[in-house]
Amino acid sequence: MEGDEIMTKATIEEKQYLVRFKADKESHLKIINQSICLEHCPDKPCTYFCPGEVYKFEGDRIQVGYEGCHECGSCRIGCPHNNIEWKYPKGGHGVIFQLA
Amino acid sequence: MPEKFDVIVVGAGPAGTSCGYQCAKNGLKVLQIERGEYPGAKNVMGGVLYKQQLEEIIPEFWKEAPIERPIVEQRMWLMDEESAITFGYKGQAWANEASYNNFTILRAKFDQWFAGKAQEQGVTLINETVVEECLVEDGKVIGVRTDRPEGEVLADVVVLADGVNSLLAKQLGFHHDIEPAQVALTVMEVLKLPSETINERFNLEDGQGCTIEMFGDATKGHLGTAFLYTNKDSLNIGVGATLSSIVKVKMKPYELLEYVKNHPMVKPLIQGAEEAEYLAHLIPEGGYHAIPKLVGDGVIVAGDAAQLVNGIHREGSNMAMKSGSYAAEAILLAKQTGRFTEDVLDIYREKVYESFIGQDLKKYKDATETLETHPQYLKEYIPMMNRAAREFFTVDGASKREKQKGIFNMFMERGKIRTVQDMYRAWKVMK
Repeated sequence: MEGDEIMTKATIEEKQYLVRFKADKESHLKIINQSICLEHCPDKPCTYFCPGEVYKFEGDRIQVGYEGCHECGSCRIGCPHNNIEWKYPKGGHGVIFQLA
Repeated sequence: MPEKFDVIVVGAGPAGTSCGYQCAKNGLKVLQIERGEYPGAKNVMGGVLYKQQLEEIIPEFWKEAPIERPIVEQRMWLMDEESAITFGYKGQAWANEASYNNFTILRAKFDQWFAGKAQEQGVTLINETVVEECLVEDGKVIGVRTDRPEGEVLADVVVLADGVNSLLAKQLGFHHDIEPAQVALTVMEVLKLPSETINERFNLEDGQGCTIEMFGDATKGHLGTAFLYTNKDSLNIGVGATLSSIVKVKMKPYELLEYVKNHPMVKPLIQGAEEAEYLAHLIPEGGYHAIPKLVGDGVIVAGDAAQLVNGIHREGSNMAMKSGSYAAEAILLAKQTGRFTEDVLDIYREKVYESFIGQDLKKYKDATETLETHPQYLKEYIPMMNRAAREFFTVDGASKREKQKGIFNMFMERGKIRTVQDMYRAWKVMK
């Protein structure tokens, strides 16, 4: 590979595509009360600090793309309103790291 | 009637496997429960495993364990936007088996190998199983409930080695809620690069490795570090910062990773490498003050679940293994007495606190918080040191004495007293 640009996989979509996930049918992450996000959380930090960009604010609610969750726990600790119910996915489900 | 074991270990990372291995080796009936498809499937680390604590369990483990490279050089970079002050140590002692210090490893492979060794000792491992709660009777932990049908299992002692989030220690009320300033959110990539290219770029012999720790601009001055480690035919590159600082400045962690990858110090080293995996994880950085209650009736907390990580020295998996060893010792002692109560198992807590684990965490107990509340160290002094170095080494007709004076004045611009206070404070929390 030649050239200046080394970043072949710079977007979150490209990065997430490198990861193996075995998604459960049900979400292991739940916004407890959507109106808190809408009315009391102007910054919505989960939408930027989540390393899998699981949380997206669309229209008037947070959409939870739990299928791409790395299960790191950042949202559990970082949600300023403790408004995320966080569990592990069912046994064998969720992220499957294959290298590191 | 649920099945009963001597010991149930929750989690198949370094702490849990270390404990399970040693309990089984000494004849105890051990059940180890892992929620991933295999041990390592949920586990992430930068990649440095120190030799000592594992060698105490499995002598000369590196002869068969899937290690990547023994590390012969550790570099440290204090980075500004386009530069770095670099220092480090490289020595042939670390290249000799007898005096290896640490290795890079890839956790998916390594954790499976280690758990396999524990199985050889007699540990029963079940994967793909989440422990949903500890079973508590009269204040004593008597077993666990898993997400399997009829998923209750009993044991004399339950070892919680369930990682940084340790929902189980939380269930028992052993720790308060973890604060965003007490964890580092770390993202990392594995980059494929041919072994010979790694050797050339990092100036390494075959089968020898190098680690680089980066401070300052690597995290745009926020509290954290970046790292670049050499594996056999891949590199691990990652960056972590306290969750509190990421929230505060509204950073996207993977964008910070891209920033590091494109830094002029880093880019030539990883040019042409191919991304193979992207991983995120929390590292417990709360240190001494964040250690939860470690022991209760019928229960012990070990490894990341006990927040046993020395962030200043990137030590964690070794502390996890050592804590697992101490847990096994305590359990074996309790087995002799036939009592598994907190006062008997308390020897575990004593050993953790008396050993290098407790002592080192105590030494740096205020370091993270001081760096968090005084951002000038990473944000101002590191760029200043870079300017000073450039100034001093640039030959432009000014005398060395003039240059020295200019640099001194630059450091004192912040105010003499403030600068002296900063230096004293830094010495105090690191001494």
